[in-house]
Amino acid sequence: MARSNKPLVWGPFAAGGTLTAFLTPALIVLTLLAALGHPPDALGYERLHALVHNSFFKFGLAGVIGLSLWSAAHRLRITAYDLGVRADALVAAVLYLAALGCTGAAIYHLLRI
Amino acid sequence: MAEEVSRRPYVREMGWRWIFRHPRYVRYMLREFSCLFIGGYTLIMVWGLKQLAEGPAAWQAFLEWLRSPASIVFHAVALGFALYHSITWFNLTPKAMPLQLGEDFVADGLISGAHFAGWAAVSLAVLYFAGAF
Repeated sequence: MARSNKPLVWGPFAAGGTLTAFLTPALIVLTLLAALGHPPDALGYERLHALVHNSFFKFGLAGVIGLSLWSAAHRLRITAYDLGVRADALVAAVLYLAALGCTGAAIYHLLRI
Repeated sequence: MAEEVSRRPYVREMGWRWIFRHPRYVRYMLREFSCLFIGGYTLIMVWGLKQLAEGPAAWQAFLEWLRSPASIVFHAVALGFALYHSITWFNLTPKAMPLQLGEDFVADGLISGAHFAGWAAVSLAVLYFAGAF
């Protein structure tokens, strides 16, 4: 039987797409409030630091960031192809590695909190 | 004969202008471009975590950057694209996961409707627990 790495790429895309559909608008509203000069309580240094210090929260944030970046990278790859960029293997490698690298950076910073 | 034909194979040009050929294509591309803003926003989150890890002064600098005009514009546009992603994603759920109970399939509107209700509940919970209201 022919093997395919499609599920490996597509699974996190579907998971990330669902997660961002549920979560991202509300998260953007939180920082938009801060941008407009009315930061919600949770964005105060003490509150947020204590919140993110919690291991469950760290785990959750790493998952949200990793899946969001992966689904964005996958969609950008497909979009590049749609716009006529035919170097798909290169585009895929660059985008997926960037998503993984930035997720690694997020995990590194989470572990410092 | 066949060789002569294959010497100059027809390669169809496929640029980016096709996206303006039909409103449906434009809407498709707008949906796909949401990934730039969701990805970009996630990178801002990663940067925020870095600032949070570096201490109160760095976090304060992050909050001040959030108040810059560039950040306000980005947030407004990103919110629009994120909402469009959510709406299109949940509208597709009946196609992505059709649900059969006994003989019949559950109505499309019920599946996407349940997702929209869940989205509203999750959003309200996040905003409430973050102290937005």
